[in-house]
Amino acid sequence: MSSRERILGRVRRALADVPQDDTPYEQAVSRDYVREHGERSVAQTVDLLAENLADYRAIVHRCTAAELAAVIGRLLAERGSKTVLVPAGPNEEWLGGTDAERVPDRAESTPHELDQVESVVTGCAVAVAETGTIVLDGGPDQGRRRITLVPDHHICVVRVPEQVVSSVPQALERLDPVRPLTWISGPSATSDIELDRVEGVHGPRTLEVVLVSG
Amino acid sequence: MSGTFVGMPAFPKAAHEAVNNPTLRGNLRHATHTIRAKRATAVAELTDWAALREAGKRIKDHTLRHLDRYLEQLEASVTAAGGIVHWASDADEANRIVAGLVKATGESEVVKVKSMATQEIGLNEALEAEGIRAYETDLAELIVQLGKDRPSHILVPAIHRNRGEIRDIFEHEMSEWGRPAPDGLTDTPAELAEAARLHLREKFLRAKVGISGANFMVAETGTLVVVESEGNGRMCLTLPETLISVVGIEKIVPAWRDLEVFLQTLPRSSTAERMNPYTSTWTGTTDGDGPRTFHLVLLDNGRTDTLADEVGRQALRCIRCSACLNVCPVYERAGGHAYGSVYPGPIGAILSPQLRGTASEIDASLPYASSLCGACYEVCPVAIDIPEVLVHLRERVVEGGPVTREGNKVVLQPAKGHAAERAAMRAARWAFTRPGALRTGQRLASRTRRLHPRTLPGPGKAWSGSRDLPPVPAEPFRDWWQRTQGGKGGAK
Amino acid sequence: MRVALFLTCVNDTLYPETGRAVVKLLTRLGVEVDFPMAQTCCGQAHYNTGYRHEAEPLARHFSDVFGEYEAIVTPSGSCGAMVRELYPRMGERARAEGRGDSLAATLAPVVPKTYELTEFLVDVLGVTDVGAYYPHQVTYHPTCHGLRGLGLGDRPRRLLQAVKGLELVELPGAEECCGFGGTFALKNADVSAAMGADKVRNAESTGAEVLCAADNSCLMHIGGTMTRLSSGMRPVHIAEILASTEEEPAV
Repeated sequence: MSSRERILGRVRRALADVPQDDTPYEQAVSRDYVREHGERSVAQTVDLLAENLADYRAIVHRCTAAELAAVIGRLLAERGSKTVLVPAGPNEEWLGGTDAERVPDRAESTPHELDQVESVVTGCAVAVAETGTIVLDGGPDQGRRRITLVPDHHICVVRVPEQVVSSVPQALERLDPVRPLTWISGPSATSDIELDRVEGVHGPRTLEVVLVSG
Repeated sequence: MSGTFVGMPAFPKAAHEAVNNPTLRGNLRHATHTIRAKRATAVAELTDWAALREAGKRIKDHTLRHLDRYLEQLEASVTAAGGIVHWASDADEANRIVAGLVKATGESEVVKVKSMATQEIGLNEALEAEGIRAYETDLAELIVQLGKDRPSHILVPAIHRNRGEIRDIFEHEMSEWGRPAPDGLTDTPAELAEAARLHLREKFLRAKVGISGANFMVAETGTLVVVESEGNGRMCLTLPETLISVVGIEKIVPAWRDLEVFLQTLPRSSTAERMNPYTSTWTGTTDGDGPRTFHLVLLDNGRTDTLADEVGRQALRCIRCSACLNVCPVYERAGGHAYGSVYPGPIGAILSPQLRGTASEIDASLPYASSLCGACYEVCPVAIDIPEVLVHLRERVVEGGPVTREGNKVVLQPAKGHAAERAAMRAARWAFTRPGALRTGQRLASRTRRLHPRTLPGPGKAWSGSRDLPPVPAEPFRDWWQRTQGGKGGAK
Repeated sequence: MRVALFLTCVNDTLYPETGRAVVKLLTRLGVEVDFPMAQTCCGQAHYNTGYRHEAEPLARHFSDVFGEYEAIVTPSGSCGAMVRELYPRMGERARAEGRGDSLAATLAPVVPKTYELTEFLVDVLGVTDVGAYYPHQVTYHPTCHGLRGLGLGDRPRRLLQAVKGLELVELPGAEECCGFGGTFALKNADVSAAMGADKVRNAESTGAEVLCAADNSCLMHIGGTMTRLSSGMRPVHIAEILASTEEEPAV
């Protein structure tokens, strides 16, 4: 007997005492929880996102689409970054305000090579206001998962308000589970020393989020 | 301290040491009290917490009720997405599968994401025996591995260590495993985290094989989820060419949508955050992004035996958040090592004796490692009634009875060492079903009360070693009641 | 209103003054109290130690003794929780073991009409000011089965706050278990004692003279720890505080 058959057989025997229950999944679970917490205007939801991002030590900037290139240029300059990773898709206009050397997101790049790059600029798929979370789904403006992991400085552009949702349930509705997802809430952190949170371990130690309107 | 749990003494004996270790007591008190208050605040932010808790419970119960169906569905979804599914009945089989998969890559080292399942099966030791070195990359697991220590907490396995001890471990041990600790390392948490970053960086960048567990597996889509903080998980899940995930079969949820419950309740219950810094989800393999080969090892190792117990099966709802450990007054004083398992605290006290059975001294003692205060049940985000299961397992220990072990129904004999207690309980039951006998006993106690000591010899020392006995009154209440006709007779 | 006092075996044997206080208090509030002499023990110690089958005859006995009363009042959170929470569970388990509905049916009548004392005062009698006088500094320890099992909430506190002369001081870490836990106190004596010592230290830090609780089992453990640690504090059951008046003060 294969282990597969053995385990499935054990499961069936283990459940032999349980009364037959053919309630379909949709009805089996009461979902009396809310789709979002509180009532907010669109602008208030964006404000909450900014507040919660900052609460977990992301650095938040707000600007218009016209100002975006200048803001990113300034952030890279302030950081002193000479090299910046750029996903294959877009964003040439986002980088109009910097002279930093563009490093394309290529399949052949080794982790060691990525480790030499100072910053990365990406977009996101959705941002969650209640938790201060940005979610990347590997879309053209976000690239492979590793490019937002190895460099120590991540600038993430969020188009507001259209990419912002209030809550986790609303975020999941917008996301495609087939795509590899990375949910990011602040820079990397740990609670492993005395159960107290400190920022800055393996992921980017600086996370800057630019909320772009218009 | 040895790195294994084999041959652990019974809980009270192991706890005795911990209770009398002031450093350990201080470390545990500081850490658990820090997180308790924060968790309460994080949970209070969600006005619908009770509804989320109820939904989480029902999702898990529904899944367990139809576990065979959801396992088959998961297998099909993962396979369709390019993953390879393996089934392991027990720890040995899981270890053999993983070791074989690693060897097939030609590699002799792996990087690991913190995973309870691989701790449970002793994967690192099994790989070591096959000449494969496993590097733990979670900060707390690193501290445990470098210190040749044992984990003492589900979320923070090095919770028993304070910052000074961690500094010393890093300074003395890091060079044995790779890049040494920076010169002049202090004990500030930020510097310690930086030291771990530097030490592990090279290992991440060169790793060809990553090993993980998973917090959730979605049957409908074949998606796996890892919830973490440091980014070590992302490193292990995305940089290597091969990813092997070892996951308990109870980690399934039916649908993508179900994550909306657990991604709200898990972070707030574990690290008391609105959301943990990083959550990764992946479905099979993705062309050009992340590992090219993905293996999922589905682990039983006692879970189906647990599922067969109608009271105990609720323990399989556990999402490993650690909230029950953090509020437990017994855990706070006994420490995690006393539980003799990778699953310490209240959840460990109901999980270990079910996964492993109650045959060993430690497992038979775990159901008693609780005052039944109920704080664990109150904070559990999937409403596991831990006190109920503890009492149920006590019954199994003292009465024996039918259980399932490795898929077979067997009848346990009552455990040895409870004979005197059993006799006392029977005698008490006899007396308590005969009010006259109770009364005779009470009167005898009252008449001889001046002879009663405030402390006791022999087994009575368990009480009077630390507490005085109350004085026996001149007459029991029932005599007063009868004498005074319920106080109406005038006599006081 | 005529109620049965379920005093509990521990109180009957070791704490008769608590029983006398309950009688005095309820009588003062116009309640007719009966003490069925056939009462013994609810079976909690058996049940919680793993001897459910030994507890069953005790539960049946309880039901026989108290079944006919309008209400059953007990000055013990844990024994109250035994009847209310665990008797129904015992019935369910017997059914699951294929022993039919007999146990569940026998126990069902006593479950909804069993009240812990403070619950009875606040919810059934609708009083918080019971006319008591107790000129002392008091700190209150909510015992676990009352707090989390029965959900007594702030009822005991509200009753204490209404007592004339009483100054209620908050107990740090109040909701943490004192470490009694029935046979836990014997089986895990070291941890139990450590919890008790921490509870006493927290109580002492309030500067109160009296530590009050609604369960003498916990007070036996805390009080025994207090005398062993030579603490100046006294453990007092809430019934004795609520029974105390200016005319007849508690000693």
